[in-house]
Amino acid sequence: MSEQIILETRNLTKGFKGFTAVDKVNLQIQRGHIHALIGPNGAGKTTVFNLLTKYLIPTSGQILFNGKDITPLEASKIAQLGLVRSFQISAVFPKLTVLENVRIALQQKEGNSFQFWKSDKVLNRLNPRAEELLAAVGLLDFAKATTLDLPYGRKRALEIATTLALDPEMLLLDEPTQGMGHEDVAVVAALIKKVSAERTILMVEHNLHVVSQLADRITVLQRGAVLTEGDYATVSADPRVKEAYLGVAADAEVAA
Amino acid sequence: MEMLKSNKFNIVLLALALVIPLAVYPVFLMKVLCFGLFAAAFNLMLGFVGMLSFGHAAFLAMGGYVTGYLMSNAGLTPEIGILCGTFASAVLGYLFGNLSVKREGIYFAMVTLALSQLLFFFFLQAPFTEGENGLQGIPRGHLFGLIDLNHNLSMYYFVLAVFLLGFWLIYRTIHSPFGQVLKAIRENEPRAISLGYNVRQYKLMAFVISAALSGLAGSTKALVFQLESLTDAHWHMSGEVVLMTLVGGMGTIFGPLVGAAVVVGIENFFSGGELGTYIHIIMGLIFIVCVLAFRSGIVGEFNKFVKNNF
Repeated sequence: MSEQIILETRNLTKGFKGFTAVDKVNLQIQRGHIHALIGPNGAGKTTVFNLLTKYLIPTSGQILFNGKDITPLEASKIAQLGLVRSFQISAVFPKLTVLENVRIALQQKEGNSFQFWKSDKVLNRLNPRAEELLAAVGLLDFAKATTLDLPYGRKRALEIATTLALDPEMLLLDEPTQGMGHEDVAVVAALIKKVSAERTILMVEHNLHVVSQLADRITVLQRGAVLTEGDYATVSADPRVKEAYLGVAADAEVAA
Repeated sequence: MEMLKSNKFNIVLLALALVIPLAVYPVFLMKVLCFGLFAAAFNLMLGFVGMLSFGHAAFLAMGGYVTGYLMSNAGLTPEIGILCGTFASAVLGYLFGNLSVKREGIYFAMVTLALSQLLFFFFLQAPFTEGENGLQGIPRGHLFGLIDLNHNLSMYYFVLAVFLLGFWLIYRTIHSPFGQVLKAIRENEPRAISLGYNVRQYKLMAFVISAALSGLAGSTKALVFQLESLTDAHWHMSGEVVLMTLVGGMGTIFGPLVGAAVVVGIENFFSGGELGTYIHIIMGLIFIVCVLAFRSGIVGEFNKFVKNNF
């Protein structure tokens, strides 16, 4: 297997009672790419994400990360290896401050997370790094605010900053621009482009405009199986994709 | 102690704790302190991890029985006896925690309840617990071999010291790197996992700390009353600690202590009088009012009031 492939799935399958949500999916994600996973609603995109990060256990098949079989590992272990995901609904810690949100991620590599006898003031040494990360997503002015009070777009930016705090080799972004206004979409797209410089990104995205701008490679899922794969020009010219996407694409245009 | 640092409120409280036995019956105060510590330990799970254990009586009783038995039969000094009881509860917490923290919500509550019931029947049958009679006449002994704890006032200050130590440890745990992760887990568990935290181990650790401190409370209580009985292991006790925590204010630092004072106070007040037989009905009504009308408990509501008005 090539060094170029960072993440690979072999015949990845997930069945729920009598219904196969993901059916023998073979993915190969190239190192350094922004790889988009698209498809109509119910195609199994989020299920694939949940399988890759072990929030769901595959019925059969294999997942290889950097050539290592990670299929039997626990979700937290996979994050520690450098494969970190975001969620469809913005995943933040609402009652913590914005700074504390990022610090939780930085703390993970500190090795002091079981120390219940120490003051949490020892975490203050992480503040400069946390502030850098917040500055990168334009949230520095909100560092002391309670996360709950942030508008939706900013919560997503915070989520990205938190994820980046782990300095992951590979990011899985589940619909990063979902539910956002026009301007926020552009900001987040630019942010994704920026952070993709040193890492690989796999994203599920409904906004085809964003996909066309960002993705190096696109995999189209339909009814749990891979329909086709290629760059944007190839995929968008494929009549089967048009057929599968008709209506959804129109909606996306309206949303964009 | 950091908790007391430059904080006038805490200093006033401490001063009050030092002089109050001159005015109020020390045994009553000791009971409040023991249950206050028990509720505070329980609150670590409920208020700061967000998990409702319905089996914390097991740890209270484990501490009490181990300390009681060793004090009666091995001639230990009280501080060693209490340490043994606390340690036994920590080990039990590790066992129960391993079996229960994989589950969430009502399932976690049911598993902890089942395990504590198991222990109840063990204590009922085991030869060293004296069954229905319980361990009676447990000697309080001499602290460090020097200070005679048979005087209620000396005992009170000893219990106060134990309480402050336990309370400080809980405060420290909440405000530690570990506590920060616990809050993250309570706020958004899937996200904490996605950041690489093995959530189950953190919950287990919190469970063990909570169990150990419940054991500390039970051990101390056994010495105060010189008695350890099945009442402590009964599921009523697991319910009572929930009541104390909710009445006082779950997820607050002082809530459990206030809740314990209210519950123990009401029980003491009514148990002597004609209304003694209605005690459970009265407590039930208080509980209902509390849950319906002021959900964040006495301290929680007080904090809100201060925040909104000052």
